[in-house]
Amino acid sequence: MFLINCPFCGEREQSEFKAGGEAHIVRPKQPTELSDDEWAEYLFMRKNIKGIQFERWNHAHGCRKWFNMVRDTSNDQIKAIYKMGEKPPVK
Amino acid sequence: MSNNLRFKTSKLIDETYRVSFKFNNKKYFGFKGDTLASALLANGIHLVGRSFKYHRPRGIMTSGSEEPNAIIQLHDNSSRTEPNVRATEVEIYEGLVASSQNCWPSVNFDIGGINNLLSPILPAGFYYKTFMWPASFWEKYEYFIRKSAGLGKSPKVPDPDIYEHKYIHCDVLVIGAGISGIMAAKMAAKNGFKTLLVDEKSYLGGSSIYDNSEFSKINNQITSSWLEKEINEISKLENLEIKTRTSVAAFHGYNFLLACENLTDHLPINQRENKVRQRLLKIRAKKVISATGSIERPLIFDNNDRPGILLSSAIKKYIDLYGVACGENNILFTNNDTAYETAMSLIQRGIKVNAIIDNREQIDSKISYEVEKNNIKIYKGYTVVDTYGYRRINKISIMKLSKDGQTVVGDKTKLNCDCLGVSGGWTPAVHLFTQSGGKLKFREEDQVFIPNIYPSDQISIGSCNGDFGLEEIIKNTLSSIKKFLDIDNSEYKTVETISGLNQSKRNIWLLPSDKSIGKTKSFVDYQNDATAKDIKLALREGFRSIEHVKRYTTTGMGTDQGKLGNMHALGIISETAGTKMGEHGTTTFRPPYTPLTFGTIVGRNVGEFFDIFRRTPIHDWHVVNNAEFENVGQWKRAWYYPKDNENMHQAVQRESKAARDSAGILDASTLGKIDIQGTDASEFLNRVYTNAWSKLAVGKCRYGLMLNEDGMVYDDGVTTRLGENHYIMTTTTGGAANVLGKLEDYLQTEWPELDVYLSSVTDHFATISVCGPNSKKIVSKVIPDLDLSDEKFPHMSFKNANIDNIKCRVMRISFTGEHSYEINIQANYGKSVWEKCMEAGKDFNITPYGTETMHLLRAEKGFIIVGQDTDATLTPIDLQMDWIVSKKKYDFIGKRSLYRSDTIREDRKQLVGLLTENPEIVLEEGAQIVADIKKSPIEMLGHVTSSYYSPNLKKSIALGVVKGGKNMLGQKLIIPMENKNINVTVADPVFLDKEGERLNAKL
Ligand SMILES: [Zn+2]
Repeated sequence: MFLINCPFCGEREQSEFKAGGEAHIVRPKQPTELSDDEWAEYLFMRKNIKGIQFERWNHAHGCRKWFNMVRDTSNDQIKAIYKMGEKPPVK
Repeated sequence: MSNNLRFKTSKLIDETYRVSFKFNNKKYFGFKGDTLASALLANGIHLVGRSFKYHRPRGIMTSGSEEPNAIIQLHDNSSRTEPNVRATEVEIYEGLVASSQNCWPSVNFDIGGINNLLSPILPAGFYYKTFMWPASFWEKYEYFIRKSAGLGKSPKVPDPDIYEHKYIHCDVLVIGAGISGIMAAKMAAKNGFKTLLVDEKSYLGGSSIYDNSEFSKINNQITSSWLEKEINEISKLENLEIKTRTSVAAFHGYNFLLACENLTDHLPINQRENKVRQRLLKIRAKKVISATGSIERPLIFDNNDRPGILLSSAIKKYIDLYGVACGENNILFTNNDTAYETAMSLIQRGIKVNAIIDNREQIDSKISYEVEKNNIKIYKGYTVVDTYGYRRINKISIMKLSKDGQTVVGDKTKLNCDCLGVSGGWTPAVHLFTQSGGKLKFREEDQVFIPNIYPSDQISIGSCNGDFGLEEIIKNTLSSIKKFLDIDNSEYKTVETISGLNQSKRNIWLLPSDKSIGKTKSFVDYQNDATAKDIKLALREGFRSIEHVKRYTTTGMGTDQGKLGNMHALGIISETAGTKMGEHGTTTFRPPYTPLTFGTIVGRNVGEFFDIFRRTPIHDWHVVNNAEFENVGQWKRAWYYPKDNENMHQAVQRESKAARDSAGILDASTLGKIDIQGTDASEFLNRVYTNAWSKLAVGKCRYGLMLNEDGMVYDDGVTTRLGENHYIMTTTTGGAANVLGKLEDYLQTEWPELDVYLSSVTDHFATISVCGPNSKKIVSKVIPDLDLSDEKFPHMSFKNANIDNIKCRVMRISFTGEHSYEINIQANYGKSVWEKCMEAGKDFNITPYGTETMHLLRAEKGFIIVGQDTDATLTPIDLQMDWIVSKKKYDFIGKRSLYRSDTIREDRKQLVGLLTENPEIVLEEGAQIVADIKKSPIEMLGHVTSSYYSPNLKKSIALGVVKGGKNMLGQKLIIPMENKNINVTVADPVFLDKEGERLNAKL
């Protein structure tokens, strides 16, 4: 079980958190102007990488804040954690 | 007790404390400190069970948790009885009762033993090949297989014992209190690390604690004496917590470990009262030091499974630690030096060692010379080719190995014995290391897998790291711990060691025989009866990956996970396939390392503590008034209130009628409530609901539908504008937490520019809904100051009010289609206000109704229940709720998805009403809906989502989803049931009061 360093609360057990899927997928500002394919790209397509993956996590049973995580899905190492709106600190 | 098997020992055994116990209904004696295995051996008993497939007699093989054979049923009392317990791990206590399992009628005469004679027709994969065809016979086969297999009996009544969970946080966790674990714990604790040391045994020191040999010394002291002083010292350290009888079951990522602490299993039953039996420790350690030791390997030769054949190290432990000789005429069979230590332990006590059979041609160590000095015959370069004796070994035959070790040569010699100790070298116990995600590497020299890449802040030391010699262990432990903990002071000035052993080994995975392989039974997995022959057969049949061979032959699939034989299986595979060790993978050891009881896993979370119950502030009233309850998420909701001898149907019919004819009252406190504030609150609601919110006046309420971004209905509820920048949103009972989470998600990640704050206030308010033609009269009695006139307080509006000076919010909203009011008041006044309403409604036959009646009343009106009539595949258009989707709004969550090519299909499943031809027949929810039953296969058009008998309409009504249902009004469809086909007609989903006259009736 991960030990996750919530940027607002500090280290907490994974059981307090909810994973929220791939990060940095921005909701289109004008969805109505998108074609079906463009909208589907936003709605359905996710990378699901083996290796370095950028993810959203929520401290659901804590401060309820969302934040981003960089995780190596091949070995579950958490490489970095940063707040929403911030740039990823690693590539 | 046969005295010639019991010897005096200063360790562990208290010879003044005799303990009686029963095994297979016979009474025996042992001493305090004995395990069930050591006590049985002291009584001359080796045969303790039958093997799984061939029902061969099996004896105690080891002295620890790796035991594959001595698997017993503990306790005969039905509440505590426990199957699959290892006799080697049970500490005996006065009154212990145990019995063999997997044998009938008795361990000495077992009917299943016939399988042994049939074994030529029971090869690997036999069950797959034979019993799977024809498939329809499987049920019959299964019955017989299960009956004859029978791995013990489970208890039939609840467990009387107490279990609990405990979290532990430490700087350093040391697993295993052998010599390296003790040293590591001392160094960590003395250097300021908060340290926890655990060991599965009842004592500390591992195998070194009974190493009394002159051949291994530390600082010129006998190993056990040196270690005892160390143990004495660490037991006083403040920074160090020591837990014995504590077995680490799982090593997860991020140094999160689960361990089971056994607290009472070694006590007589009458001393266990009110004590916690086992405790599951949830350990989060900053650093983990694994000192889990190693497990001796058996040797794989024909008939290597007879009772009386034990691991050589087990024989040594039984004599040195328990003072028990496993036999009177011993032979040791080895490929390395450790068996000579066993020989010396036996010789020193005057126990006969008839011979040592050693695979090696050349043996050059002090200890081997010492053994030879004692006139023990050593057969160098020999192997055992067969053993004899049915219930106990009585003879072996040996032959000389060829130079390459692939065949045997020369004559066969027979030797008598009643006990054979085998040693195939040692396998590092890397199970926990691999569980944590660690990667192994193979060391060619001595054919072992050792830790290579650590996935977390951890280290392996001692023999689990492949250090087998005393000198190596101590030297490497000191240097690696210093580095691992980044400390200068090791606490150990100089540690001088001498050892009489050298590490040479002649490793042959499958020993050759004078017979062809097909005629041998060389067991690799004792518990599952998998032989070398089976593994070779699997390879011949094309299996390559170890994981496939394992499943096909069942090697390593027993409760011991193949702790003894997995390495040999890998070795035989690589030899046969001509590949490198590990090339076909190593098997995965999964948690738990040793089995956990269910009690330990659930801890205190049993009975009413199994899950959290949420009760409304009015709950007690419902209980007193005979309500039946329904679980909705974690909530207990009043379901219906049976009167006299009413059944559910009768109660619901009465409640539903009363609510429409006069007055009903519902506890709606479980509805989710989210307080929304901020200058952008209106804009926020505009974006999350499908309909328009900016023009909703203060004091007004509006029903809203929330979608997922994919356009599917997610939740619904009424939201009220309490002030310019203040709303209260209600959600479904089950959806409350998810809706809040979703809203927070959008606010924090997509629209951080919006000034909006959300708070869950579900538990802060009790919500009482009073409905029906007389609701106005009742509420006016409860809140006389409130003007309830339609002009001042119309439908879908809200008023602040006071009840006995307590502020409350009253909404005129309705989920039943009746004129109704919802009173929201601070939760702790809920029950008294409810009682006030009941009192005020007395003259109007006010009738409390539960969730079932609520569902019926709303179905009459065609109102959906999200999660019952919807299942995340329905858009508002599918629900025929086009009216709630704003055409004007530029965007809201899910809007774009409402005109994807898939969502605009005309033949999507759409919500419709269904009326049965015979109005008395009530459809089953979930039943399939079809048009043509003659077509094959029948095309499923949809299914029934809600169905009731309406007492107000005096007929059966139902809602369902049907492909293209929107355009099928009046069309006849069929609900095929088991014994009949029910004819239905597609109808408008609003069955009652389509014009909404009841809502606005002048009362
Ligand atoms: Zn937090």
